[in-house]
Amino acid sequence: MVGVIDVLKVRKVFLQSDGSEFTVLNDVELRFDSGEFVSLIGPSGCGKSTLLRIIAGLEHADSGTISLDGEPITTPGSERGLVFQDPTLFPWMTIQENIAYGLRARGIYDQEKDSIPDFFHLVGLEGFESAYPHHLSGGMAQRAAIARVLVNRPKVLLLDEPLGALDAFTRMNMQDEILKIWQQQKMTTILVTHDVDEAIYMANKVIVMSARPAKIEKIIDVGIPRPRRRDSTEFLRLRADILGTLHFAGGAQESELFERGLGV
Amino acid sequence: MATLATRAVVSSARVVREQKRGDVAFEWRVLLPLVSLVIVLGEHTFLPAYQDYAVKRLAYFTNLLYILIGVFSVLALVSAFKERLREKLVFKADIYAAGFLLLGLYDVITLKFNVVPSLYFPAPERIIGVFAEDWLFLLQCLAYSMRLLLGGFFLGTFLGVLTGTLIGWSQRINYWVMPFIRMVGPIPSTAWIPIALVVFLKPTSASLFLIALGVWFPTTVLTSSGIMNVRKSYFEVASTLGASTLRSIFTVALPAAAPSIFAGIFNGTSACFLTLMAAEMIGCKFGIGWYINWQREVLAYANVYACLIVIAVTFSFLIGMQFNIRNKILSWQKGTIRW
Repeated sequence: MVGVIDVLKVRKVFLQSDGSEFTVLNDVELRFDSGEFVSLIGPSGCGKSTLLRIIAGLEHADSGTISLDGEPITTPGSERGLVFQDPTLFPWMTIQENIAYGLRARGIYDQEKDSIPDFFHLVGLEGFESAYPHHLSGGMAQRAAIARVLVNRPKVLLLDEPLGALDAFTRMNMQDEILKIWQQQKMTTILVTHDVDEAIYMANKVIVMSARPAKIEKIIDVGIPRPRRRDSTEFLRLRADILGTLHFAGGAQESELFERGLGV
Repeated sequence: MATLATRAVVSSARVVREQKRGDVAFEWRVLLPLVSLVIVLGEHTFLPAYQDYAVKRLAYFTNLLYILIGVFSVLALVSAFKERLREKLVFKADIYAAGFLLLGLYDVITLKFNVVPSLYFPAPERIIGVFAEDWLFLLQCLAYSMRLLLGGFFLGTFLGVLTGTLIGWSQRINYWVMPFIRMVGPIPSTAWIPIALVVFLKPTSASLFLIALGVWFPTTVLTSSGIMNVRKSYFEVASTLGASTLRSIFTVALPAAAPSIFAGIFNGTSACFLTLMAAEMIGCKFGIGWYINWQREVLAYANVYACLIVIAVTFSFLIGMQFNIRNKILSWQKGTIRW
């Protein structure tokens, strides 16, 4: 099995400007299975992005270990691809050069360059090889950023609110695009999001985190068959459940209504 | 979406091609410089010179005017068929015409009416005469100066980018080197002349050192600040894609800091022109700076002006070349940052 991530008793404390400590991750225990699509959701400051950055190797846990297929993670690596909310394409490179960056960085450009057109096709950017990032719209730039990560054929795809800056319609299109890619490539995928609908629509499993105290509130298995409808009863029930867990009054009411079998 | 963009590219290419082909048309405004050249020629030929104006009548100025009239006639003719040349010439016609008239005016107040002291303000005739008679020696001086200038420039730029990168990248190097740069950097490189002349046995090596120093400081400072201001997320992306530190420096830090690096090099270029002149006027026994100083001492002001023209043309050519290179390298910026 590849792409299994084990999070063992991970603790992360940030020092605040007034000198006090703020615990963002408090002995978190999680396991991400091979090929699974997991959403991490929770209010700002609940540590979901921090957890993702530790998995990416960009930050270090104060205690505890994170491992990929049994190997502890200490540094960034190309087998864990990370996509940010901002596409962060290199503006001085063409889209082609951006997407080929990982291959060059790993010194396998000559062997692997024939695969690059496949990735342009996968994200629907054919014809934009020699364009520069400022020529692209937000959605297109984010697709390029995803392709740039995928050329490395990562075992794990880490998505840090990748669609947060896009308008509602582009966002729904991109959700389907990402699902299509995930279904083709079957890599373990972790999506950090603020959007409850997105979390349910995309994932096999939704992990709900809370801020103070920082902990994992609930792990919900999403059993809805794909393609999913955002207005199905099951979808709305999960939505109410998650909102209720996050202590939103509306969510709690919806949840109650469902429990009484009234629906919405 | 892809086909749409391709179509847009194709159609815009077609528009460009059609513009290039253009129609045959004539703009009367391209004749303006010619008109003013003819006026100046008439003035120079028919207006009598001041009675005891000391100048040999070798018709240098007249010949120059003939040459210019020839050049602008050809340009005006060709512009009827080439739209781009036509547009450029129409745009520049006023300034060319005004420039030539100004030259004629200068001829009037010197050669024709002797309004200003002729020793310090020689007639155009005499300045052009210097080029005609002394061009080989001027060229030798220029070549000698260029060797110093370019050598110092490239040395200073290379060392500046290197130091700036190290300071911008490593906090440890920054800690140890930055205070030194803060103290030593702002000293104008000409102030080092007394020390440079002692440390370096040959005045040429001293000049080379001073010119390199003048370029090095601004390049270092702007390279390091450019690198320190690169968005952290670019480096994070590079490292998660598998790039080593060294690769990140070359493929992320330097390109991202390039606009700032070029600003530093540009500042350094102006500094090194200044240093070259100062160094040559004091230490060296050859070169354009030395030539100016020598001609001033023997009161040959026509030679001084000729040399100033050489300097102006050469330096503005060098700056122009630098801008072209910069625009090529920074072409990715077009549409985001304007110069």
